[in-house]
Amino acid sequence: MKKKKCVAMLLAGGQGTRLYALTSKVTKPAVSFGAKYRIIDFPLSNCTNSGIDTVGVLTQYQPLVLNEHIGNGEPWDLDRAYGGVHTLSPYQAKSGAEWYKGTANAIYQNLHFLEEYDSEHVLILSGDHIYKMDYSEMLREHEENDADCTIGVIDVPPEEASRFGIMDFAADKRITSFEEKPKKPKSNHASMGIYIFRKRVLIDELTGDEKNPASSNDFGKNVIPAMLAEGKRLFAYKFKGYWKDVGTVTSLWEANMDLLGENPVLSLGGAGDRIYSRNKPFPPTFIGQNAAVENCIMTTGCEIYGKVSDSVIGEGVVVGEGAVVQNSVIMAGAAIGKNARVRFGMIDENAVVGEGAELGDDASDKTNIVLVGRGSCIPAKAKIASGTIVD
Amino acid sequence: MKTLGVIFSNIHDKEINELTSLRTLASIPFGGRYRLIDFVLSNMVNSGIGRVGVITKTNYQSLMDHLGSGKHWDLSRKNGGLMLLPPYGVGDRSLYKSRFDAICGIRNFLSRSDEDYVVMSDCDTVCNFNFADAVEKHVEKNADITVIVHKTDAGKLCKQMRTAVEYDKDMRVTKVSNSDKLTGEKSVLTNMFVVSRRFLLRLIENADELGYTSFSRDVLVRGCKDYHIYAYVYDGYFASIDSLANYYARSLELLDKNKRDELFRKDGADIYTKVRDSAPASFARTAKVRNSLIADGCEIEGEVSGSILFRGVKVKKGAVITDSIVFQDSEVGEDSRLNCVIADKQVQILGGRLLSGHPTHPYYIAKNTVI
Repeated sequence: MKKKKCVAMLLAGGQGTRLYALTSKVTKPAVSFGAKYRIIDFPLSNCTNSGIDTVGVLTQYQPLVLNEHIGNGEPWDLDRAYGGVHTLSPYQAKSGAEWYKGTANAIYQNLHFLEEYDSEHVLILSGDHIYKMDYSEMLREHEENDADCTIGVIDVPPEEASRFGIMDFAADKRITSFEEKPKKPKSNHASMGIYIFRKRVLIDELTGDEKNPASSNDFGKNVIPAMLAEGKRLFAYKFKGYWKDVGTVTSLWEANMDLLGENPVLSLGGAGDRIYSRNKPFPPTFIGQNAAVENCIMTTGCEIYGKVSDSVIGEGVVVGEGAVVQNSVIMAGAAIGKNARVRFGMIDENAVVGEGAELGDDASDKTNIVLVGRGSCIPAKAKIASGTIVD
Repeated sequence: MKTLGVIFSNIHDKEINELTSLRTLASIPFGGRYRLIDFVLSNMVNSGIGRVGVITKTNYQSLMDHLGSGKHWDLSRKNGGLMLLPPYGVGDRSLYKSRFDAICGIRNFLSRSDEDYVVMSDCDTVCNFNFADAVEKHVEKNADITVIVHKTDAGKLCKQMRTAVEYDKDMRVTKVSNSDKLTGEKSVLTNMFVVSRRFLLRLIENADELGYTSFSRDVLVRGCKDYHIYAYVYDGYFASIDSLANYYARSLELLDKNKRDELFRKDGADIYTKVRDSAPASFARTAKVRNSLIADGCEIEGEVSGSILFRGVKVKKGAVITDSIVFQDSEVGEDSRLNCVIADKQVQILGGRLLSGHPTHPYYIAKNTVI
């Protein structure tokens, strides 16, 4: 068996209930992002760009779109003879069949996958964050520290700290305390949900955790605190780049908007850290004679005849003559009818906004986005108030 | 019907020497993100052809880079798939001089294949055409060769030599003539053919004996009485690229929605190309873009109208591009103006430059030029 230094496990089973209509038919990691990507393209591309060529993707909730997207992993260069990308869904075993109960249980149920590869370390990722990161840097620190577990850490605004796993660490970055979603956070050092474990330790810990009936089988709630209590070597890896949890409608919208502007907060260009995705064979985008496009990003196959500003436009979107789209995210294949108006909207894939319809109003802002679900139709001339969810 | 594809990647290189000095005709960029070969290759794949040989001659590095293993066209196959056929053999035959020479050079490829029919095509044929029906008719008629023709007003064609085809009610070809003085509506050869593989092999075997050197002159013109040659009329969008002016006109024609739809949006017949994983195009607040095709990876701060921008083109503030075609990764500096220009790949136009051609004589800027 060839040796692999590190194998990645990507938790992609989340339902993402706070994305409402956007996740009623697909799992959160499969939600569209940044005109031509899906959220999962970020961790998958990070793996490739960090030299990790073996990734297990754990799926559970509504996996169809995700599975189709991942396919054989070719877009991420993860179609490998030994390794590559594998989707791992809950299965029936001799002892019975069960759904993944928590993040730790999901990995526990797939220990046999990890055992197939002679890897020293396991990188655990989640499929609901937008960021570009070189995991090989983190792995280097993990090895230098001779750590049992290294946790990716980012400093968050103090008022948001109670949404995350919050930790304290010493000058040498050794973690001294860890609390999942504390009511009174002691610091603003938040866990990014990115862990590198020594594989042997991970297997022991997960096996121990399974035996504890009181455990909810979650890394942040159970496994990490238990390891600290046992005196294991846990270290923090401080990450300084762009990182955003896109678990809510507003945060997903914000992350999309972070791609706009003269010097975007999140840049998709660049040679070494390119984000890969599955491409559709569309011709270039056409901008019509009477169209206006300002402060937008837009990908292939669109036909734009109206006015679009401060927006993110996905593959094959049609914006009809006289239509106005502002501060919105229009996902692949959606059509905005003639003279329609969309303000602060997130229009999911293949949705249709009828002619002259008005989505959003003067009260619209990023806290009350109009959501139109995958394939939904808004009738012509309909008026949809800000904050409405159409599924 | 098991059919084999053969593509001639170099045959008309000389006609657009500006664009082919560093590449084959097949790898000339077209339509904002494609290369000419993408059209014929996608057409073959969309027609159910699973084995395609690409005959190359010179300058084919960029073509190899573009085609890779063929996976972007779904042609990375264990059985069949894409096969590059570079010059091979000894003596004069290794660098072919005519289409017939080129066919003789792939004799092994043809004899080792097990498909009954061969679709042969040049690369300067921009269309969205399904060969399946033509192959079916070819079989029905028990033809040796079926030539795909396109009806066009021959008087409007560029200076280049054309092959006009006449045929009877049964579509049997009665006369083939090579001329540069055609007028009126004519059925003109598209340089797409369906040929029975055994017939083709017989021609190659007997070439020396028959004294054949030219496919068009010896086989089509002289042979149209002896062989079973039939015509098949294709009446959809068809652009044959044979000069720089014509390249320019046929490119900008794609700004017309009907033409664009006919070429790119036929049901189930997508045009595939090499995926480059560019970021989406970005339009700054100062951008003014009208009536233009914009590919992924472009960064636009200036004005663009009536133009085609390939992947990764940068248009700086105050720059104005009208009626122009700008290839991959070129950059137009602040306050520069481009009118009727074709800028090849990685061209850098610094700030404040003023460049203009005329629609019939577009101004061409060679690859990697800095102005």
